[in-house]
Formats: sequence, C-alpha cells, structure tokens
Amino acid sequence: MSVAVKPKGLDMRTLLLEGRAFFALIVIVAVFSVLSPHYFSLANFLIMASHVAIYGLLAIGMLLVVLNGGIDLSVGSILGLSGCIAGFLMQGVTLQAFGVILYPPVWVVVVLTCALGAFTGLVNGVLIAWFKVPAFVATLGVLYVARGVALLMTNGLTFNALAGKPELGNTGFDWLGFNRLANVPIGVIVLATLAILTGLMLSRTAFGRWLYASGGNPRAAELSGVPVKRVQITVYVLSGICASIAGLVLSSQLTSAGPTAGQSYELTAIAAVVIGGAALTGGRGTIRGTMLGAFVIGFLSDGLVIIGVSSYWQTVFTGAVIVLAVLLNSVQYKPRAKA
Amino acid sequence: MTSAPTPAEVVLSARNIAKSYGSIQALRGVNFDIHRGQVTTLFGENGAGKSTLMKVLSGVVQPTSGEIVLDGQPIVFASSTDARNHGISIIHQELSLAPNLNVRDNIFMGREIMGRSGVDFAEEERQTRALMAELEEQIDPLTPVEDLRLGQQQIVEIARALSVNSRILIMDEPTSALSATEVEVLFKVIRDLTGRGVSIVYISHHLEEALQITNHAVVLRDGAMTAYAERAEIDLEWIVRNMVGENFDLGSPPTGYEMGDVALKIEDISVPDAAGAGYSVVDRLSLSVRAGEIVCIYGLMGAGRTELLETVAGRLTASGGRVLLRGQDVTGLTIAQRIAQGLVLVPEDRQRDGLVQTMTVGNNLSLASIAAFTRGLFTSQKAEQGVIADAIRKVTIKTDPSGAAPIGSLSGGNQQKVVIGKMLTTDPSVILLDEPTRGIDVGAKAEVFRILAERAKSGLAVIYSTSEVGECLSIAHRIIVMNRGRIAAEFPANVSKEKIMAASGEAVVH
Repeated sequence: MSVAVKPKGLDMRTLLLEGRAFFALIVIVAVFSVLSPHYFSLANFLIMASHVAIYGLLAIGMLLVVLNGGIDLSVGSILGLSGCIAGFLMQGVTLQAFGVILYPPVWVVVVLTCALGAFTGLVNGVLIAWFKVPAFVATLGVLYVARGVALLMTNGLTFNALAGKPELGNTGFDWLGFNRLANVPIGVIVLATLAILTGLMLSRTAFGRWLYASGGNPRAAELSGVPVKRVQITVYVLSGICASIAGLVLSSQLTSAGPTAGQSYELTAIAAVVIGGAALTGGRGTIRGTMLGAFVIGFLSDGLVIIGVSSYWQTVFTGAVIVLAVLLNSVQYKPRAKA
Repeated sequence: MTSAPTPAEVVLSARNIAKSYGSIQALRGVNFDIHRGQVTTLFGENGAGKSTLMKVLSGVVQPTSGEIVLDGQPIVFASSTDARNHGISIIHQELSLAPNLNVRDNIFMGREIMGRSGVDFAEEERQTRALMAELEEQIDPLTPVEDLRLGQQQIVEIARALSVNSRILIMDEPTSALSATEVEVLFKVIRDLTGRGVSIVYISHHLEEALQITNHAVVLRDGAMTAYAERAEIDLEWIVRNMVGENFDLGSPPTGYEMGDVALKIEDISVPDAAGAGYSVVDRLSLSVRAGEIVCIYGLMGAGRTELLETVAGRLTASGGRVLLRGQDVTGLTIAQRIAQGLVLVPEDRQRDGLVQTMTVGNNLSLASIAAFTRGLFTSQKAEQGVIADAIRKVTIKTDPSGAAPIGSLSGGNQQKVVIGKMLTTDPSVILLDEPTRGIDVGAKAEVFRILAERAKSGLAVIYSTSEVGECLSIAHRIIVMNRGRIAAEFPANVSKEKIMAASGEAVVH
C-alpha cells in the first residue's frame, strides 16, 4: 500500500476519524480471510492491489477536484477515450498524403494519451472557472462527449492488438499491465508513486496550500492573493491526466482497449474519496484517506467475488459502505462550539 | 382599524426589558410605550442594543427579565409567528422576499388561500390588487419580485405585513438602500399607515431623516435606554448627545515621527453599482495617504466605503480613475500582484472573506505569504513555523504559538487579529481595513488600534473604515466622511463627534 506524506502531526481526533477507513479495511481483510482460504495471501493481495490501481488513480485526480470544492464526472469517459487513443496509436497511424503508416514508440503513445487527458481536463476547468458552468454540469457534458468520441473512433469495436511488433519497434505496451518490479505489479507502483507525489504536493508546496485554501473559502483565498481560477483549472487538468494514466494501465492489463471501458468508474472514484474522509464541500481531505478508501472498495468487491457472492450484492454492499462513510463525514465536520 | 386614532392610546409597552447573552448584557432595563397611529424611532450606535430590542418586541428572542404589555395585558410571545398573530410584524433590513416568485406568491407565501382545486390564485391576486390600491402603488401582482426596484420590494413587504392585519410594524433601517425619491414614497406610505391607526417602530442611522417622520424618540446606548422623549421636545443635537455619551479610550493618533511621501494616491475612482442600477456607488473620489499616516473613513451604510476599499485592493473593477502605489500605477493589477507590491486589504466580513474555516490558525496566518517560506519547489516547514510564531507574537493572538489550533476555536477578536496578522505578514506599505472592529469587544478594539498605530510609526500607511463615530476619534490623523460615494467632509483628529455625524447625515432635500 502507498504511504502518503501526512500534512501535519497526527492528533487523537484525526487518528480516530481518519482511522475509520483503516479499521474498515482491517475488518474486510479479516472477514474474507475467514470466509475464504484463498483471500489471505500475498499473491492475492497483489492481484487485488492491481485492480485497486485503476480506481486509485482516478481517485487521486478526484481528490484534487473535491478538495477544490468541485466534482469531476468525466474521469470514467476520459479513461475509456484514453484507452482507445492508445489502441488507435498502437495500431499504426496511416498518413494517406504521404502513403506511410506511422508506428509511434510506446513512450510517444503514453505522452500523447496523457496530453489528451490533460486537454480534456482543461476543457472542464475552463468551462468551470471562466464560464462559470457548474462543475457537475460541465463534467457531465464532457462525460457524454468523451464517451461519444471513443465510440465514434472505434465504431463501437475494441482494439485488440496492443502488444506491438518487435520489427516496428513499438513493443512494451503490456509492460504497464503485466510486468512486476520486485514482484509488485507496475500498475500498483505507478499508483504508489503518484500518491506519494500528490501527497508531497498537497502538504509541501504552495500549490497544495492554495488548493486547500481555495476549496475552504475561495473569497478569502482570492483576497489573500491565491490565483483561485488557475488552481481550479489545474485540478481538472491533473484529474484528466490521472484518468488517462488509469486508462493506459487498464488497457495494458486487458491488452485491449474498448470504447466502453471505465463506465461508472467516476462514481467509484468519488466513493473512494468520500470513504477516505474528504468533504465534498471542499477544503478537507488527505491522500492517505483517499488511498485507504480505494483499497476498502477494491478489497471489498474482490472479496465478494472470491467467496462467490452475486455481483448484485456487491453493488448493495458498496452502496452501504458509501452511505456509512458519508454519515461519519457529517459527524466529523459538524461545526464545533467555540472554545 | 376603522376607529379614529387616539394619539394618547398606548398599544404596546416595554417594561424593564433586559436581555443577556451569557455574561454580556445586551439590554438593561428598557422602558417605553408605542402609541396607536404614531411612529416611535429607536436611535443608537451599532451594538447599542437596537436589534436585540427589536427581536424581543417581535418575539424572536425572549427577554431575560421585564415584560411586554399589549393592550394593557402582559403578554409573552412564544415565537415570531405568535407575535405576528398578535398583530406585530417586522420588516428586516435584508428583505425576506423570494426574488424568483411574483408579488402575489410572496405576499401569500406560507399561508396560501386554498380553494377546492388547490391554491385559489384568483382570490390571492384580487386581495393583492386591493392591498396595492390601498398603498397607492402601481405594482402588478404577477411581476416577479426580482424585477422590482428595492423601494417597491419594500412596499411588497409592507403589503405582506398589512395582509395579516398588523397593528404594529417594526422597520429596521428601511431607507438605507433607498434613493431619495423612494424614501419620499416610503414616508408617504408610513403617514398613510399611521393615519389608519397602525403604529410604526422605526430604526435608522439617518438621524435627520428619522426626525422628519417620528413622533417619539427612544435612545439606546450600550444596552441601556438613555433617553425617551416626544418629537416636539427634541432636536438632532439632543439625539447625538444621548447616543454617543462617554467612550472608552481607543488610543490617540501616534505622534513623534515624520510622515513619509505619499504612499497611496487614489485619483477620480468611480465604481458602478453591482446590480447594474446605473448609478455609481463610488463617485469620482480622490484621496492621498502618506506613509505613516492613519486615515479613518466614516460613513453610513451604503456610503460606498466597502466598494472604495475593495476597488483599491483589486477585488472590484473601477469604471474610471487610477490607483497609484508609491507613484506606480497599479490599476490593472490582480489582487495577488497588488499584495506583492505592498497593498493589502483586511475585508469587512472576516467569516466570509477573511478566514478559511477548514484550516488551522497557522495556515490562515501564512496564507498570503507562502512565497516567503518556499524553498525551490517545496515549502519549508521550519521557515513557516517561524513566520507563524512571529505573526502570533506581533499581533498578540491568544493561541498556541505553533498555530495548530483550528481557526474556529478563537474568539471573534482573536480571529480578526489573525486576518490582520495575515496581511501584515506580507510586509505591506499600505493596509486597508474595512470595519476592522466590527463585532469585537472593546478590549480587542483597543488592541487592534494599538497594533495599527505601532505599524504606522514604522512607516505603514493605514486606512480604516468605520460606522461608529467614537472609533474615528481614536488613532486617526485625518477623518474622511463619505456620503453617497463622495467625500462629504474632511476633518483633523481633534474634530467633535457632532460635526462628523452631521457631515455624514442624509441630505434628503425637501
């Protein structure tokens, strides 16, 4: 699991309340370990962690947006579109004017895909910060548009040949999804790295402080000289990039990229952020909590699969966990009496 | 309401009304009568207890002791609805109308007339028309309230009060946002109402204006009633004398040093009204302040003080004019750029504009000067702790020196010092403070002024606004009185309170 940098020294209260996601995780692991002999093993944990990586990457971006007091519903669609773009580039780009087929190397594919995610996030951010479109509506619109573009691009079909060919020099796409470093799946390492970087950004950079301030009270932040609009646009761009990375990892894990990948993942990401103790009103939340939230959801749904519970029940359980978490949030952030 | 008004008849009496919140005595022993068909005005500075008294009369809060006598019978109002059922209505300064609904729906909001098939809109509309005819106003019942001018909205509020057969109407600062002609209309309505036997309790900062309409005057100071008299026996001077009284020592202008060059020069600044009403809330105003000088801007609500300060700080955009900081034009710069140049604002409403409630005391203090403790890419926690501890010590905030306490755990005065400390940490050359003493106790006020006076000695130019005349006569070297977006008068530090108040007083011409 990733270790995030904590913003300030832990006091008892935050430990207990933030600890709830941690306790939930322990309970989930304990219960499923009793119910299934296959659950409690390093190999299984690593497999589950590589599933969590997808939600976790989306949740990192979502956390930034939520800290700003916004919401990003488009991440699932950006994930799907990114996979399709990557698949499209891996198949080779035919330039008819020159009569050639370009096979970009994998790193170019990765960079272009992330650039696409950044651009889509930029569209979200500009709509919200400059044109004052409510975040919910702007990102809902982008959700539809990105999904539609992915379907148009692929005509509804799935890209399958993502492995690349050695003679074309574009192999290695499956590295992200299949390889392991010291037995840890690359996807999990990507998640851990991004989580640590985000944790550092939140707690140790001016941008992180700007983000907490403008999420907590944009008017006060603006009067204190915080570039509120720039912060707002940046979080959506970062969220878009996170979604693209998640899209790359997922299509690499599946060695295929379909236009419908990632549907309703945005809701899972929001759930992870909320379970992790962030306030949807902005200004409160940590990367550590969000990562715990992502693991709670991932370990819970994988556990239910392992013990053979119907996937319909998984939906019910996940929903119950989310509601419980939000219930605790309202306890946590209840305004306290003045000392 | 058909019987002819008998001037002497007392409708409602306050008997020894006292109200305390914890250890704070908001009202101590207030006695007065409200006569049928007459206007009784409450005079007093901010915090004198006017609004508390009003809340007691309208049943919003219960008095700690004393009683209210209605028609000769002692009565206890359980709630504002209860008071309304007894014929007492209140019209608040901020109107309580739903702007998206039309006049008819607003008047019958919450007590719709039900017919056989739902709400009887036709009957509601008929009654609304009748009310408007009574008030001699040409307002269509189907107009959305947001399309009405403020004065007309006030008429709608009055119509709503009348529709529940109110005998006593309490009006809190009804003219503060009205134009001179709208005030005329309102006064005519008030005269009509009193002619029909309705009693009015009127609250206003505009003394001259209130004197035109009132029959009785009640003056409050620090929660106690200092005077009660009939209109014929009193004049403006009498009211001011009773309102102001003795004051706590809030310091004196710092002396013994040379003032520097002009630090801030405002040239012909105009600010259009935010609602797009077409007039200017700040009207071609010019002002120069030297380094080390403390200037107080006094004015009534709506005089344009907040708009002026927010424009200079960069929050609002001026429609004309320039702002020069130490000779440099900063007109086009953002708030952040102005802070970097040394021009900072402490906003009027610290909860809404000054503090981030989700952050600690320390993070609030350091928010405006993050660059000062950023080393390369990352902030230095050690350097930040230094900045925080320094700020806490310099503005004497009563909290843990690490600044780790949540901001909400501080008292109002200490919270205000956090906002001031945050801006002082940026090492400004000009500081603007919009009502820096609002809602804090006298001790904290004196401390805020002491901090500002100290910084002025080391060359800081200070401009603060206030609506309490006593605070003009504390540390300011110069007092500017604003009225309707312009400078109405300028006084040296040794001016009298009466002169300041007279200069700010409403100049309604009749």
